[in-house]
Amino acid sequence: MKYIDGFREPKAAQAAAEEIKVLAQRLEREVRIMEVCGSHTMAIARCGIRTLLPPNVLLLSGPGCPVCVTDGGYIDTACELARRGICLATFGDMMKVPGSECDLSQIRAEGGVIQVCYSPLDALEYARAHPEKEIVFLAIGFETTTAPVIGMLHAAITQGIGNISLLTAFKIIPPAMVVLASDPAVQINAFLCPAHVSAIIGAAAYQVLVDRFALPCVVAGFEPLDIIYGLCGILRQLVHKTAQVENQYNRVVRAGGNKRAQALIAEFLKPVDASWRGIGLLQGSGMGLGEKYAEFDAEIRHGVQIELGRPNLACRCGDVLKGVINPPQCALFGKGCTPQHPVGPCMVSSEGSCAAFYKYSRSVL
Amino acid sequence: MCLAVPMKLVEKENDENGIAELEGVRHVVNISLIDQPEVGDYLIIHAGFAIERLDQEEAEKRLRLFEDMARNLARE
Repeated sequence: MKYIDGFREPKAAQAAAEEIKVLAQRLEREVRIMEVCGSHTMAIARCGIRTLLPPNVLLLSGPGCPVCVTDGGYIDTACELARRGICLATFGDMMKVPGSECDLSQIRAEGGVIQVCYSPLDALEYARAHPEKEIVFLAIGFETTTAPVIGMLHAAITQGIGNISLLTAFKIIPPAMVVLASDPAVQINAFLCPAHVSAIIGAAAYQVLVDRFALPCVVAGFEPLDIIYGLCGILRQLVHKTAQVENQYNRVVRAGGNKRAQALIAEFLKPVDASWRGIGLLQGSGMGLGEKYAEFDAEIRHGVQIELGRPNLACRCGDVLKGVINPPQCALFGKGCTPQHPVGPCMVSSEGSCAAFYKYSRSVL
Repeated sequence: MCLAVPMKLVEKENDENGIAELEGVRHVVNISLIDQPEVGDYLIIHAGFAIERLDQEEAEKRLRLFEDMARNLARE
């Protein structure tokens, strides 16, 4: 498939890396570029992109994985529902995310019914096939995933399937980026903006970061050439002392995003304050079901309430998520915390910063 | 989590569902988030849903740019 392989051409990557070297030399200072998408984090680690960069160009991995930023208290509530005999349906990444006391894989081992889904539509099919059961879908995700989950709920309502509800912890990316840009401990010079979140919200959504903080924001796809060329775009802006939203993924991302998906999300969801693991409570950074659809809200339907979780105090996922430290700087990294026995969420998800470092980059630092 | 891949729409069953193909493998995909998808369109598929349409003209332009970069490097 040329629309995948064509963006992995090593010679073009080498050419772009040469341009990066020239631009970095002209900058004559250290620059810190944050990516806020787990798929970028993973691709950067897998393709060894850090090894192509001069020492004054640093890549930081922000809070880019919706699994990683899901608060432990959310897992606790999901465990509670499963213990009551309610069937959970979830993306597989959630199975090993630590709650305050246990995770979902332990609950399943104890006999809890948990269906792992590739698509939210798998959960809908399960609900259709088991009308006698109550299904709760673990509705986590950034804007990219929010649209399909709400698409599923819309389909459930149209098809009259009532035995499914959502335990929501949807997150919106731009408010978190604003918090990170304002944090003096983080010190970011530019953002590499996500690919498929941007497909939904549109490249123009990052204008707030340009207006408020004068930070270059470059939208890039997930293929290695997309990322390397996106970094070229960032460095070009930094060299020319400009800051703007630049869309280097215009084969997929439009300035205004996907209006149909936005309309669907606006119909079902309303902005809520959301707790981000490692960052804290951020105003208006999440989405919850609107009153009109309250009967599909698992918290209301099943009389539970998501409380804040109690994280392991030695775990520094919070600092990793903010880009304050790189994973190996955490005392637990690779010792008490590995992908086999994760302590923090960044080691759990295959797209977490710690898991990506553990798998691909232990020799780089 | 936000990984999505381009697939070619090869069949439209109705406004909700279609069949998309990637490297010979056919997948049922939900196309309700796309404005009037046509058979032959490349769609970006995430979690069983098409979330956007791939602009083939822009993709080709970008591929040509990368080919030129590779060629210029070889010449140096």
